Amino acid sequence: MLNKGLNILVTGGVRGIGKAISLAFSKYESNIYIWDINDNGFDELKSTIESNGSKVFFNKVNIADFAQVEKAVNDILESNNIDIVINNAGITKDNLLMGMKEDEWDSVITVNLKGTFNVSKHIIRSMIKKRSGCIINIASVIGLMGNKGQANYAASKAGIIGFTKSLAKEVGSRNIRVNAIAPGFIETEMTLKLSEDVIKEYSKMIPLKRMGKADDVADLCVFLASDMAKYITGQVINCDGGMLM
Amino acid sequence: MSKVFEFVKTLLVENMQIDESKINMDANIIEDLGADSLDIMDIVNDIEKEFNVTIPQDQYENLRTVGDVVNFVEDKLGK
Ligand SMILES: NC(=O)c1ccc[n+]([C@@H]2O[C@H](COP(=O)([O-])OP(=O)(O)OC[C@H]3O[C@@H](n4cnc5c(N)ncnc54)[C@H](O)[C@@H]3O)[C@@H](O)[C@H]2O)c1
Repeated sequence: MLNKGLNILVTGGVRGIGKAISLAFSKYESNIYIWDINDNGFDELKSTIESNGSKVFFNKVNIADFAQVEKAVNDILESNNIDIVINNAGITKDNLLMGMKEDEWDSVITVNLKGTFNVSKHIIRSMIKKRSGCIINIASVIGLMGNKGQANYAASKAGIIGFTKSLAKEVGSRNIRVNAIAPGFIETEMTLKLSEDVIKEYSKMIPLKRMGKADDVADLCVFLASDMAKYITGQVINCDGGMLM
Repeated sequence: MSKVFEFVKTLLVENMQIDESKINMDANIIEDLGADSLDIMDIVNDIEKEFNVTIPQDQYENLRTVGDVVNFVEDKLGK
């Protein structure tokens, strides 16, 4: 379904949803560039990706750092194009607004929203020149529905949605598609922090009656990156078991 | 023709697949050559890199023809 031999950049691709995304693309003889601030577990991931027939390159990049991202993009572009970008890296720093520290606000906005800007901004020009490309931004249902204790996170993810739609309009004429995925409640280290009670409560609200798996999101990424989605741009697609409709 | 003109011409041909014969100093970049705002930003970026000059965004609206751009860059280069 996906063309073979594509160059794919996945931010935050070492664990959680990003890891599942890297693995999903590794089934298509891809060249996968993973950027993450943490390389814990990368070696194991690398051997799985390679045994699936793809190549993988790791670079320790903090997506919140504009200059570092610029350099890392240029390092790739010197020898290769990037066909697909998955802006996946993201963090949470939950707190009720009354108690939220300035740093909790700033860091979440900077990593999630500015990080998406940093990466897209530096890559878009090469896609415009090539007149093709696909950007997928990992937002969240929280960006659409809000959540107590997550004003910073919800704002960053809602920001990503506005960013996605604007960029889709800017570059559509150059055959570049930009979409967002809004995952619901997915089992990863990010959600492991939650108590069993909270998880039970949430699951009740999900028509499919289970938490999502990182694979559920990864499969949607492959679909959106493939030619099967060639007429889809500027959309936010929920991957949430029906949690938000 | 000048080095700057030749460079701009190549950009227009390569980036926008414009027929070479249509490109002359009087050609209006938007109206005659069909550029949109993205094309302009792209062309400006390439010119800035090549000649190590800056073309401020508030100047774009004064740079309507190929000749306007070439003259602007040549002025900056002090020719
Ligand atoms: N897990 C969920 O339920 C859920 C739901 C909706 C959306 N999401 C979104 O999905 C994405 C992935 O989440 P996850 O659950 O896999 O999280 P995770 O914490 O398991 O993984 C995130 C990865 O991003 C990396 N990262 C963090 N900050 C970075 C930075 N500044 N630069 C580069 N890499 C950085 C981390 O090292 C980690 O490897 C996030 O954007 C998250 O907001 C997750």
